[in-house]
Amino acid sequence: MNKYYLDYLEQLEAEAIHIMREVAGQFQKPALLFSGGKDSITLVRLAEKAFRPGKFPFPLVHIDTGHNFPEAIQYRDELAERLGEKLIVRHVEDTIKKQNLSEPTGRYASRNGLQTYTLLETIEEFGFDACIGGARRDEEKARAKERIFSVRDEFGQWDPKRQRPELWNIYNGRITLGENVRAFPISNWTELDVWNYIKREEIELPNIYFTHERECLVRDGKLMATSDFIHRDPEEEIVTRNVRFRTVGDMTCTAAVESIAYDIDSVIAEIVDSKISERGATRIDDKLSETAMEDRKKGGYF
Amino acid sequence: MDILRFITAGSVDDGKSTLIGRLLYDTNQIYLDQIEAIETSGRVNEDGNIDLSLLTDGLKAEREQGITIDVAYKYFNTPRRKFIIADAPGHIQYTRNMVTGASNSNLSIILVDARNGVQEQTRRHSIISSLLGIPHLVICINKMDLVGYDEAVYNQIVEDYKQFSKKLHSKDITFIPVSALKGDNIVTRSTEMDWYNGPNLLEHLEQVPVSSDFNLTCPRFPVQYVIRPHTHEHHDYRGYAGKVISGVYSKGDKVIVLPSGQTSTIKSVEMGGKELEEAFAPMSVVLQLEDDVDISRGDVIVRQEDNLDVSKEFEALVCWMNAKALRPGAKLLLRHNSTETRAIVREIQYKVDVNTLDNIEDVDQVQLNDICRVQIRTATPLLLDKYENNRANGGFILVDETSYTTVGAGMVASIVHESELNYMI
Repeated sequence: MNKYYLDYLEQLEAEAIHIMREVAGQFQKPALLFSGGKDSITLVRLAEKAFRPGKFPFPLVHIDTGHNFPEAIQYRDELAERLGEKLIVRHVEDTIKKQNLSEPTGRYASRNGLQTYTLLETIEEFGFDACIGGARRDEEKARAKERIFSVRDEFGQWDPKRQRPELWNIYNGRITLGENVRAFPISNWTELDVWNYIKREEIELPNIYFTHERECLVRDGKLMATSDFIHRDPEEEIVTRNVRFRTVGDMTCTAAVESIAYDIDSVIAEIVDSKISERGATRIDDKLSETAMEDRKKGGYF
Repeated sequence: MDILRFITAGSVDDGKSTLIGRLLYDTNQIYLDQIEAIETSGRVNEDGNIDLSLLTDGLKAEREQGITIDVAYKYFNTPRRKFIIADAPGHIQYTRNMVTGASNSNLSIILVDARNGVQEQTRRHSIISSLLGIPHLVICINKMDLVGYDEAVYNQIVEDYKQFSKKLHSKDITFIPVSALKGDNIVTRSTEMDWYNGPNLLEHLEQVPVSSDFNLTCPRFPVQYVIRPHTHEHHDYRGYAGKVISGVYSKGDKVIVLPSGQTSTIKSVEMGGKELEEAFAPMSVVLQLEDDVDISRGDVIVRQEDNLDVSKEFEALVCWMNAKALRPGAKLLLRHNSTETRAIVREIQYKVDVNTLDNIEDVDQVQLNDICRVQIRTATPLLLDKYENNRANGGFILVDETSYTTVGAGMVASIVHESELNYMI
């Protein structure tokens, strides 16, 4: 084999590091949006590779809906502590009070949509001009068309028609006052790429990504973890199953999948065999309409 | 396992969406819920099969307005390779989208409808692929089922294309007869075309050599960011973070920093805090130098022995991407790797007819989707390579000075070096 050969994960890693450094080089006040999910955990590892032995040139920012899995929150705090990096947490709860927003009600009630308000408020509070996020283009068809540097107006809105052409590996981060940029270093990674990278890098994940016994209610054929945040209809059955989470979002809109995968290798094997897409298997929020993601992104969602 | 990035150019009429849908479907990249989403949206073929072209369907905004906005990226992999598809709409007004998708591609799939043969669109897509320096072209002669899988039809199209392709830079051209709709020669060998002995499309995509597409002979290291930890442990640490966009760097290399001209030696090559023997394209690494030199973002570290020189004047091919026309004397921002500088378009030399590759002289303005050759002068000197010699260091973008949108994509064609200018004075 050629001595100068990078395999696909090394190429993806090199590209992601380059993008992160472009953010650091082009912006005055960037931030890394950290959710405690595997994609943002991967971003943190990439940031270590990009900036060590220096500090990250941005804080980690978590928009906490108050409905997160406690395991993810604990992981978040321990990680920031271990890395010695700054963590900023802002709560959707506070935005609801401050802006007098109405809390969604009913069966599919979720604060997922309200996150946008808190995110925009946080961007304004700290004057962030760029937010690094862990979105991937393979997740959803609206994401498939988004640029790596995605310019948003002052309402955080994505306008697919106003996107800048993105050529070679030149990223245009020039913005006018009030605009900001969402930057997506792992745009070109798939779910499987992320898992293979986590394996290669021996990254520790929150334990809810692996099989555990959990009480769930059955909703529309999906398993939802029972919690104080989820409103149960009387006819919805409660079961105890061996499950894991394929994505980790809010407890109100992230479903579990039945699984006996107990380590990274068995998770990878399970994904390779899977017949259902990542968001299709686990996201209640995308099921509401065919264009749910496109609509949310235009409204300033991540 | 490595990565092949390829572009598919064409319109729905050529069967492009069906071809991509077929590649994704037959390599098991389409999930049941995605198929279900198409079924529930009620858009299924008359014969009840799901329409593969819908798997690559776009946004609501596009469907409502019957347009395709931009390049969409799709992913699939086989045990041999990861594939990144830049799916660009191919109508005449979308040169800009194809240029965008082509800029990062190693290979271009060009679809020819077997019933129509080589068309203006075929030539345009081939010429744009060639101008953008894509090394590998695959000409898929599609809809073979509609011409009775006739070898003579295929041979005639290949012959016609070869006549035309003599003027292209891309030399690696492969022809494959396919039917995306029926799946012939896409992922499996066609049983209808015994006369064709070459690989099917997927086999070809898996085998085409791409590692040699990285330039390993011209070391170029644009500095993106300077790492200065200021900690007790790393008190004097100064690391230059960047990407080896081409070439190879090793510890001990004698280097020069451009444009300042300071010289030093590489003290260490690092990645994620670990020291490496050497770094090569396209790695992202950190270089430390022996001497305390003043380096910041936008500087380029190169080998002393290469005797490279910066320049402020050059000629380039520019694809114009803005609705507002480009005129001589236009002032713009130019972004090249990690440098941004002001630039002026001094002269528009000619326009390239992307259907024939002929030059159109006497041009006073350049419209959206035009490709033209221009003379540019920049405010700060840049270390440039000709695009055809080094794709990684020969491309740049032009940015509007007030809206900051990207309005042009440029490829360096010839360079007037600073040293030559001095002689002229």
